[in-house]
Amino acid sequence: MDNIVGKKSALTWAVHISMACLVALWLLPTFGLFVSSFRTSDQIVGSGWWSALSTQERQLPAIRVAGDEVEKDGRFVIEGRLFEATNADVSAWGTSSQAPTKYGPGETVDLGDGVSLTVQADGVYDLSGPVSFGDQRLPRIFSTAATPPEFTLDNYKSLLLDPKNVDGMGKAFFNTLTVTIPATIIPILVAAFAAYALAWMDFPGRALLIAAIVGLLVVPLQLALIPLLKLHLTLGIGKGYLGVWLAHTGFGLPLAIYLLRNYMVGLPRDIIECAKIDGATDFQIFMKIVLPLSFPALASFAIFQFLWTWNDLLVALVFLIDSSGETTVMTKQIVELLGTRGGNWEILATAAFVSIAVPLMVFFAMQKYLVRGLLAGSVK
Amino acid sequence: MNPALQGLITIIVGVGGCISYFYFSNLFLDKVLFPIRGTNAGKNISRANMIRPWLFLAPAIFAMGVYLAYPVFETFRLSLMQRVAGGGYEFVGLENYQKMLQEAKFWEALNNNLLWLLVVPAASTAFGLLAAQLSDRISWGNLAKSLIFMPMAISFVGAAVIWKLVYDTRGVDQEQIGILNAVWLHFSGGAISVLFLQIVPIVGLLGFAAASALVGLAVLRPMLAGRNLVAWAIPLRLGAAGAAVWLIWLSLRAALTLGFAALPYGEPQTWLTIPFWNSFFLMAVLVWIQTGFAMVILSAALRGVPEDTIEAAIVDGANPFQIFFKIKVPQIMGTIVVVWTTITIVVLKVFDIVYAMSNGQWETQVLANYMYDKLFRANDWGIGSASAMVIMLLVMPILIWNVYNARKEMR
Repeated sequence: MDNIVGKKSALTWAVHISMACLVALWLLPTFGLFVSSFRTSDQIVGSGWWSALSTQERQLPAIRVAGDEVEKDGRFVIEGRLFEATNADVSAWGTSSQAPTKYGPGETVDLGDGVSLTVQADGVYDLSGPVSFGDQRLPRIFSTAATPPEFTLDNYKSLLLDPKNVDGMGKAFFNTLTVTIPATIIPILVAAFAAYALAWMDFPGRALLIAAIVGLLVVPLQLALIPLLKLHLTLGIGKGYLGVWLAHTGFGLPLAIYLLRNYMVGLPRDIIECAKIDGATDFQIFMKIVLPLSFPALASFAIFQFLWTWNDLLVALVFLIDSSGETTVMTKQIVELLGTRGGNWEILATAAFVSIAVPLMVFFAMQKYLVRGLLAGSVK
Repeated sequence: MNPALQGLITIIVGVGGCISYFYFSNLFLDKVLFPIRGTNAGKNISRANMIRPWLFLAPAIFAMGVYLAYPVFETFRLSLMQRVAGGGYEFVGLENYQKMLQEAKFWEALNNNLLWLLVVPAASTAFGLLAAQLSDRISWGNLAKSLIFMPMAISFVGAAVIWKLVYDTRGVDQEQIGILNAVWLHFSGGAISVLFLQIVPIVGLLGFAAASALVGLAVLRPMLAGRNLVAWAIPLRLGAAGAAVWLIWLSLRAALTLGFAALPYGEPQTWLTIPFWNSFFLMAVLVWIQTGFAMVILSAALRGVPEDTIEAAIVDGANPFQIFFKIKVPQIMGTIVVVWTTITIVVLKVFDIVYAMSNGQWETQVLANYMYDKLFRANDWGIGSASAMVIMLLVMPILIWNVYNARKEMR
């Protein structure tokens, strides 16, 4: 529209560039964590994640020569490799921390007493001497090598599949799932019936009820914590799954009813009236006509509720997690790791990504419904 | 019992219970209580139809009553009570509030919360508007939008971890792995550093102060002109003007300190412990999350702007900036207000980010985290409830505004 005059030049480029910058800025933090979750702890500490994507020339940690001694042509030889990777490239090496880059690859160095050491460019070293090395302390090799990008899945394996790992996320993952699924399904049903009544039945006090729901939409959760915890303890529900399911259902209802009612009001009146004339009861109309037609709104709310219960920390902290820690959810587990493993980014990054992955998949798969729900849900 | 099994049973019981409740209660109403036959058939139908809505609504009303409405009153009651040793409560009037007001940590939390309330909605809406406008004009706009929207799906705790890596600090002699420090160490105090870290931000701050002044004046103008206004609008406008003055003061002060500050170039910074500014580093996380929301809503609103108004402006020779600020923005003002208030509510409840990133240390406390501290660490339910009531009080204007609008729309 804006190009009506036919001016499509510098401004268009400026738009493209600023949008690219904005997107990059928004993506960068997540991307950094994502890359970090595929690196070993040494790599993470050694260099920023942005340098993991290109070949890096850096000094590797010192390695002490080790291996079985072989007698060859009257000399005792130990052979081995500096690193596992075959595609790294040693550019310099040394035998003391004072001069870690003294020698070049392929050079043979005399270490005294007839002992000589050679390090090849691909990391193969060979140490040879006239007498057996026995229990002698063998020299250390400092090397500088250009290592290509290298990623590993070990972090995910140890965090998800190793049952002995106390930092493991496997249990927390299933706990989160256990909280989320009932807490998503049950409010939908309760809300759908209420929304139908508010949209298609006429009764005194309807407008007041809708206003009350709009009001409840913004009541902060914080207010509910103490009274409900007290209530749960009195009723004997205590802290546990039942409590957290009930709480999520209660907190999710206003938005659910609001979204569904707004959608149902827009359904064509003729269909419902025809059904009534044909003798359908309200229950039948609801189950057979309104519910199937409201699928988009149901989906929107389901996504909201799923994201909210999956990502929630506060409700789980108050209503679910007891002192035994058996029922911990992923968000709580991550907060705990932040406290105990503050510097171990390979654990933190992986844990965070395990918890983010499911919502992100849901997000990208069902974005359409999410957007639709947002547009309908923000109080106009 | 295995929790997964328990979950499955709950789903079956919950869903089955719901459906059978609705089915059988309707059946009972139609067949037993007011049967549609005999002499009273007609009367019975209308009687049944009077009761039926309440059957449909009962579970929802009950759940919302117990889980949302009752707590508001109960929290208010608890905020006037104090636990006595040995169990039970006693009525202490406003003592909890008095004690709370004397705590320095409370004022710090309130102060920070007000700052959050001004900065986060403003920044998110501004970025959202920018992203919405830019993405509407390019071919890959939808992709860009979904990427900016993505943080909405990430939990506050996940976002806290993501941003902690950005803010990470390591010793002077070590390689920096936090990207912010890595960028920071590239500045060495030369002309470029002064330009980007002092002059540009100061110009920005001054511009922000000027914008606040303009908004404040615009809010006050109808009053100064002596126009007749509704009674409740006057305190609202005065409050907005007060906020504008506070913002001007804050930004001018920040500009001055920045202008005379000797920035510690070459030293890696622990960003989350720098007083005053660390709150902004936490706010960045929420802005990052909420911008997507603002963008989606505003983008839909921008598309709804009538084409002919834009065409008319082009014909009259308006440039793209004029079209945006003078034609489009005024027409979507209503939506901007909605976005603003929605984000405001999110900000008032913000808990996870502060809890996970700084836990209120280094003067970054906010009300929600203060309340959690009082409730579950100090175990003081009286003051905890009192601070919850403060949050409720701050939400109240928006609640009333929303209800007022919803009622107006229905009429």
